[in-house]
Amino acid sequence: MFDLDRWNEIWHALAKNKVRSLLTAFGVFWGIFMLIIMAGASNGLKNGIVEGVAKFATNSCFMWSNQTSEPYKGFKRGRYWNMDSDDLTYVLNNVPEIEYLSPKNFGSRMNGGPNTIRGFKNGSYNVKGDYPEYVKIDPYTVLMGRWINEMDILEKRKVCVIGQKVFEQMFDAKENPLGEYLKISGVYYQVVGVIKPETQININGRAEESIFLPFTTMQQTYNMGNMVHFLAITAKKGVPVSVVEEKVKALIKSRHSIAPTDTQALNSVNIEQQFQQISGLFLAIGMLTWIVGIGTLMAGVIGVSNIMLVIVKERTKEIGVQRALGASPRTIITQIMLESVSLTIVAGYTGLSLGVGLLELVNKILESRPATGDRAFFTHPEVSITVALASLLVLVLAGLFAGSIPAKRALLIKPIEALREE
Amino acid sequence: MISIQNLHKSYVTGNNSLHVLKGLNLEIGEGEFVSIMGSSGSGKSTLLNILGVLDDYDQGDYFLNGKKIWGLTETQAAITRNAMIGFIFQSFNLISFKNAMENVALPLYYQKISRKKRNMIALEYLDRLGLKPWAHHLPSEMSGGQKQRVAIARALISNPKIILADEPTGALDSQTSMEVMEILKNVNDQGITVIIVTHEHDIAAMTKKIIRLKDGIIGEVITNGDLQLYRDRVKSE
Repeated sequence: MFDLDRWNEIWHALAKNKVRSLLTAFGVFWGIFMLIIMAGASNGLKNGIVEGVAKFATNSCFMWSNQTSEPYKGFKRGRYWNMDSDDLTYVLNNVPEIEYLSPKNFGSRMNGGPNTIRGFKNGSYNVKGDYPEYVKIDPYTVLMGRWINEMDILEKRKVCVIGQKVFEQMFDAKENPLGEYLKISGVYYQVVGVIKPETQININGRAEESIFLPFTTMQQTYNMGNMVHFLAITAKKGVPVSVVEEKVKALIKSRHSIAPTDTQALNSVNIEQQFQQISGLFLAIGMLTWIVGIGTLMAGVIGVSNIMLVIVKERTKEIGVQRALGASPRTIITQIMLESVSLTIVAGYTGLSLGVGLLELVNKILESRPATGDRAFFTHPEVSITVALASLLVLVLAGLFAGSIPAKRALLIKPIEALREE
Repeated sequence: MISIQNLHKSYVTGNNSLHVLKGLNLEIGEGEFVSIMGSSGSGKSTLLNILGVLDDYDQGDYFLNGKKIWGLTETQAAITRNAMIGFIFQSFNLISFKNAMENVALPLYYQKISRKKRNMIALEYLDRLGLKPWAHHLPSEMSGGQKQRVAIARALISNPKIILADEPTGALDSQTSMEVMEILKNVNDQGITVIIVTHEHDIAAMTKKIIRLKDGIIGEVITNGDLQLYRDRVKSE
């Protein structure tokens, strides 16, 4: 039912008061624009972080030893101690809920000066001793060759897997690093693989700038005995990580004569809990976004309603004339409702389009950036189609709401009162 | 055409009640050319509003074209106004953003007549009033007399039985006033009842019957024979 005259009427009513209409429309526009931008930005932040850690095993925990803080079994407090290789088999045998257990030792650090030499090149990197299982927890992409395997561990082979940056710095771009040798802290190792991390989580330095040795090789070569610096553990499906964490800690403490109440001696991080906290944070950010966004939108809608009231008041006479000429109340209500609905829809749709457009632009810019190692914690800001449709629906309802009050008011004006106004 | 018996109307504002029409009786036949006069506060505007189905009354009877006007809903009142009555106002009350033709066509818009057809009819009426060249001008581009002629065309377009004019010459100079009265006289000659509310004696003297309101009732009705006398009296005043 398209009625040119009706739309003509609406256009005239709104266009006659350009400034007022524009300001009102801007209220709604701004409301929806902010809603979209905020929703998009919070999604972008979420995506950035989620993509950065997505492949990391969330059902994992990590632990490392520390000075004791309580005297126990004749030992003074403040004792230095270390986990050892026997702990590994003991824990594996006694905690059936463990999925993967991967010890990790740390060798010379990147900031300790050049520790790696190849011909005329040298560099300083983080040297780590690892188990094959480690990539089940913090996955790496193998660019060349392979990751550490069981045979490396058993035979304590002098091989190493290097991070992408190490390859770039120690080798020429076209060189094949596999089979070549690197002198690391005084000992030669054969390169068997090049890796690149898949997550943004780093333990003791960035993986790109690390050299990985078989765990047992490292223990032996650098006189670590059967010392274990660090443990990474994942829980089997359905088992809370905290259960595994507590069991393992209790076992290891009892084996090393550490007070069960000593919270400092064996430190740990529970990734599952960290993730829950982060998800909670995102939920809160999301809710805040919606509350603020809807509040802004409401302010815009109330603005429209207010303006419509003023318009009705200003057009009292005109409405009076129309009614004297035989316009039915329905004609007038429809008129005012359509005015406010079209104002909100046009303004809202503009806000929606511009908001989505801006997000799209930001996305383009983010994507066109060279994919360096420094990934931003902000990717793919986006708004789901549901959100877009919901906001559009809210707009239409808001327009109806904004129109209904002034429409009722317009009806209350008796034609005589309108016409008497001189 | 119009038959009013014992009409009462009061306005209530807060605790005060203002009794404006106090048992007014009035008969206006079809095709009459009547003016309603009276000092301010005599109730002429109130009577006009009731006649125009713009307001309701408290007590009494009002028959318009044999139909009792009582307890109508707003929609029914709107339809009655649209079909029966053409209004002419002192301040013209044209819609400022519509051109002359669209203003004239407005009553037909409420009758759901197509845009093309109603604009055609509107042009015809404008032509009859000598305003065809002005059809596409906005009210702001026209003189007072032209605007009032547009308003008259608008009042006539729905073929009403009655034209109600509230001080139609109040905003016009005397020469234009005479032109407008001449047009209204022509309208009356076509058989349409014309009722003019005015406080100007010379305008009233151009009608065929003068009804003087006094304190909410009819104070004096001057018709045919006496009218010449009245005219003379007005001239001498």
